[in-house]
Amino acid sequence: MELRKSYFADQRKDDLHEIGQPRPRSDSPGHVTGKTAYFADRNFPGMLHLKMVRSPHHHARIRSIDISEAEKHPGVVKILTAKDVPHNVYTILILIQIGPEDETVLADGKVRWKGEAVVAVLAETERAAQEAAAKVKVDYEVLPAVFDMEEALKPGAPTVNEYHGRNYYLYDSGECRKVRFGDVEAGFAGADHVLEQTYQSSPIEHAPTETTGCIVVPEGNDRFTCYTNTQAMFFTLDNASIILQMPGNKLHFVGGTVGGGFGGKVDVIVEPIAILGAKLTGRPVSFIYSREEEMQISSPRAAEKVVIKDGVMNDGRIVARKVTGYTDAGAYSRHSPYGAQKGAGHYPGPYTIPNVWIDTYCVYTNRTPSSAMRGFGVTIGDFALEVQMDKLARLIGMDPLEFRFINAYRDGDMKAHRQPTEGAALIECMQEASRAANWPVAEKYLSMSSYAKGV
Amino acid sequence: MAKVPVQFTLNGAEKAEFIDSGTTLLHALRDKIGDTSPKGGCHQGTCGGCSVIIDGELRLSCLTLAETCNGAAITTASGLSEGGVLHPLQRAFLDAFATQCGFCTPGMIMAATVLLDHTPNPSRDEVVEALSGNICRCTGYEPIIQAVLTAARSNSQNAA
Ligand code: FES
Ligand code: FES
Repeated sequence: MELRKSYFADQRKDDLHEIGQPRPRSDSPGHVTGKTAYFADRNFPGMLHLKMVRSPHHHARIRSIDISEAEKHPGVVKILTAKDVPHNVYTILILIQIGPEDETVLADGKVRWKGEAVVAVLAETERAAQEAAAKVKVDYEVLPAVFDMEEALKPGAPTVNEYHGRNYYLYDSGECRKVRFGDVEAGFAGADHVLEQTYQSSPIEHAPTETTGCIVVPEGNDRFTCYTNTQAMFFTLDNASIILQMPGNKLHFVGGTVGGGFGGKVDVIVEPIAILGAKLTGRPVSFIYSREEEMQISSPRAAEKVVIKDGVMNDGRIVARKVTGYTDAGAYSRHSPYGAQKGAGHYPGPYTIPNVWIDTYCVYTNRTPSSAMRGFGVTIGDFALEVQMDKLARLIGMDPLEFRFINAYRDGDMKAHRQPTEGAALIECMQEASRAANWPVAEKYLSMSSYAKGV
Repeated sequence: MAKVPVQFTLNGAEKAEFIDSGTTLLHALRDKIGDTSPKGGCHQGTCGGCSVIIDGELRLSCLTLAETCNGAAITTASGLSEGGVLHPLQRAFLDAFATQCGFCTPGMIMAATVLLDHTPNPSRDEVVEALSGNICRCTGYEPIIQAVLTAARSNSQNAA
């Protein structure tokens, strides 16, 4: 690795001597000797196993639930339904006042996606729990479902989630997050070329090698120890405290060792119901997703649709950019209203454009609820933006890297959401990239700087 | 349910247990005997996390019934280091940053151990082939391949 300390040398006091130096990870010796303790590497006497009865339908009303046969199954200790959960309707971002509560721990009257948890079965063995779960009888009335964001936004589409009452998240700014800067229509009118393109992505599963789960142990003093692989310990503890209506000091969370997360383990899914099971049975409870559940039930990255319309001049300046982004939350919010909002903040990318219009929607469909994954709200948008940049460069016959130099933001530029740019380093990164990739650009771009405007 | 006896050696030590017929070796090792180094990433033979060595051969313990292991010699990742000294493969995984979350690591090291036992100087392709049943979601595999090649080289230097 090569370090170019000449860049921004006046801004730094340190000598960056740590960069490029490998440092051993403190957890590696445990990993290579098989001694690292993951949450499931614990076993407690009398531990019960929890299995979920899940909805086979994308959208259905629950007419009735019959657990009588399942209760008789040998080894079954407890069966939980919605009425057993103290605060069954929740939403995880309520901790930062982003509501409304719109999701059920166990389905109550309705299911909104295929795979939704309906009944929890606790038994002496995994096998008994699985067999008994198959004996729970749920009578469903199947409802029309909607899987496409544009279909969901049309008038007359089935309402996915009654807690919202409409198939999009209502921000304080209205039906979408909005950014307005300059006059985008005037920008298009004065542009040499206008290019509109649509980009779409599918949901992406994190597929960690260790599946989501937890083990909960009642400590005999009204306190519960929860061994978990959550990526969000205190966030999960606080949400569990709300769902269980139990003060946080009754909950002791042990974790931090995660067998792969990538954002897929920040939802609060397994812990509250396992703690409830431990409370109601007085026994340790293990709730671990099967591989199938990990792939089908855990939240994926949201599917997104991004429509970008740009006005560009023959000299390479982008003069107007309009972005409409759609984030498929699936049936429930989880982190998606935040993801869609991040998108609004992130467009129009690291470029200075005088006229910008951005709308980002968080849309509800009868699909698996989506949530966090590595840069969610931004990653797909960046893909779309950078593909669009290449297309624009091609349209005006310009080198794609030089095209980016012309539009790159620099210190002092006002961004579309009215934050002045500070600490920009895009130009310097592109200069290095040009050298490292042997992709030559004209000399004037090599003498540009993020500090000052004007070539 | 009637229990069946099983007896084998685990990392050189005698083990005996009564288990339910049909119990997987993975379950028996982790939940009965207490060696949690084999990891259950899928319980269906697709991830390689539960790999162990049975009588010198690489096996998926999630697809092996414990009762078929009577009299066998079983090695797991927790049994590789001797007297606190890391096995060359363990050392190489550590040095090459071939482990991130670590969940795949015990299985990877098992697969690599069997490879080097049979093929002390493997080609890169042979390493890739030998690890092809083991999924890693973190590292992108390259550091793992390099670690195995490094361990093979250090073995042959020590032997020379
Ligand atoms: S747990 Fe055995 S191969 Fe995945
Ligand atoms: S290190 Fe995480 S799966 Fe390989």
